[in-house]
Amino acid sequence: MRITQGTFSFLPDLSDAQITKQIQYCLDNGWAVNLEHTDDPHPRNTYWEMWGQPMFDIADAAGIMMELASCRKAFGDRYIRLSAFDSSSGWESVKLSFLVNRPKNEPGFRLRRQEGHGRNMRYTTEPYADAKPEGERYAV
Amino acid sequence: MDAETQTLTGKERYKSGVLKYKQMGYWEPDYEPKDTDLIACFRITPQDGVDPVEAAAAVAGESSTATWTVVWTDRLTAAEKYRAKAYRVDPVPNSSDQYFAYIAYDLDLFEPGSIANLTASIIGNVFGFKPLKGLRLEDMRLPTAFVKTFQGPATGIVVERERLDKFGRPLLGATVKPKLGLSGRNYGRVVYEALKGGLDFTKDDENINSQPFMDWRERFLYCMEAVNKAQAATGEIKGTYLNVTAATMEDMYERAEFAAELGSNIVMIDLVIGWTAIQSMAKWARRNNMILHLHRAGHSTYTRQKNHGVSFRVIAKWARLAGVDHIHAGTVVGKLEGDPATTRGYYDVCRNEFTEKRLENGLFFDQPWASLNKMMPVASGGIHAGQMHQLIDLLGEDVVLQFGGGTIGHPMGIAAGATANRVALECMIMARNEGRDIVNEGPDILNEAAKSCTPLKQALDTWKDVTFNYASTDTPDYAVTATAA
Repeated sequence: MRITQGTFSFLPDLSDAQITKQIQYCLDNGWAVNLEHTDDPHPRNTYWEMWGQPMFDIADAAGIMMELASCRKAFGDRYIRLSAFDSSSGWESVKLSFLVNRPKNEPGFRLRRQEGHGRNMRYTTEPYADAKPEGERYAV
Repeated sequence: MDAETQTLTGKERYKSGVLKYKQMGYWEPDYEPKDTDLIACFRITPQDGVDPVEAAAAVAGESSTATWTVVWTDRLTAAEKYRAKAYRVDPVPNSSDQYFAYIAYDLDLFEPGSIANLTASIIGNVFGFKPLKGLRLEDMRLPTAFVKTFQGPATGIVVERERLDKFGRPLLGATVKPKLGLSGRNYGRVVYEALKGGLDFTKDDENINSQPFMDWRERFLYCMEAVNKAQAATGEIKGTYLNVTAATMEDMYERAEFAAELGSNIVMIDLVIGWTAIQSMAKWARRNNMILHLHRAGHSTYTRQKNHGVSFRVIAKWARLAGVDHIHAGTVVGKLEGDPATTRGYYDVCRNEFTEKRLENGLFFDQPWASLNKMMPVASGGIHAGQMHQLIDLLGEDVVLQFGGGTIGHPMGIAAGATANRVALECMIMARNEGRDIVNEGPDILNEAAKSCTPLKQALDTWKDVTFNYASTDTPDYAVTATAA
């Protein structure tokens, strides 16, 4: 399967040139770009590991692409997402967020059902990968 | 000023009998509205021979303290304060018998935090008043002091996006079709296919409640199976607007509680349930971490014709105060009424931190929102993937684009229809961010994306000639005029 979190997951994986253009768009809007990685892609896993702090002070896309290259080198077998944060009043949240790296093989999720009273069902979504400890889930 | 227009005072004012409204204090051309006043702009069409100023004063009177005759009991009150004051009457451009009347209301005329009370005054008796042929509430300026007495949208655009983990693009939805007749089991099939194919949301239609062909519980159970299954299939948060509209508040609470128990992230209500019920559901939604979708069912009965009724921009303002998170606000390009300039005004009311007066968009006043959450406009009705560039250009990215027929009617099935819409959306956002001119290059961008996405190609081929080009009935009265630089 292919997880479809992020703004551009239905398109073919973005090339570095395409990622650079999106970063430039974020910088032009005054947003801080942030890189995060995880090997637990559960849709409710909000807090991915941060690759350093959000890059509040990097003004050019090339600098951020270098950070992405280092992050990929260290965590190329994980999901990496690039997000852009807008600190202006009334928003103070993420403005754009898309995947820039995926593991080679994405096993997806198991849906567990627990049958309850009156046909009520309790659903649990489990990434197949999280049966293994963190760091061993998408071994290359 | 002639004696007829002069406000009478003292003994003359309170002599038993009938006076003109403008003599009773409801026409005050020198009045400067206070920052805390509510201001309404009405379009009035007086009966033949009725003076427009008297008509405006009558509207002020009948929507505040007046009755048809002088009553001495006014003198037991601070009557000057409680009288609404018409202070300006302008002829409507390009019209011979219509006028815009501006009326100011003191804040103390209204109960804090109650749309029912506000509407009972402003659109209560006065709309049936005989000396007028027609009356339309065009816009209202709601002062910060009044806005702050309301909860506002239960969730708001920012938190909705955080909860759904979806940023930087419009959300995608579809209304399940056919809207009536499906069993719960079949209904859930449509939901699953559409969500798995790439939509973020599916939606009950306004009139799907609990009919003989499908009990509401069946719908909720099968829909949540579909939502969870699609979530596991894609690794992405999904939702379906479960319509909890019902005959009584007790029934609505029961349905909403059940939706919450099943883990739904959103419920839906119809405008026809009334403002008190809407405010109750907004408070319930805030307490239960639920997104609240409002379908504007019924609004066109009073919003569409320009000579009588209430403009949708006012309904949108009331809805934002009342506290819904989503509101249908028009598509411009789709099958339902929607002039582009007027629709722009509605979207501003939903999403701005501060809405500026812009007559060319039908916005008659500056409107502060006092940090109330933003409301997500929903574009629904006769739209398809081939219009994606126009939709994004006209409506921006904080909007739910709902392709009902444009998803379910896809020749290769529902999931393919959903995929076509999602790919069209993502490629257009990517192109926009890259700085491309999507309005002109839109069709090329879509055709390029369709090369690696057969469902999009089929969608473009199927609906390429579908447009709804009819004249709008509700259009702005003021044109943009060039100003000297």
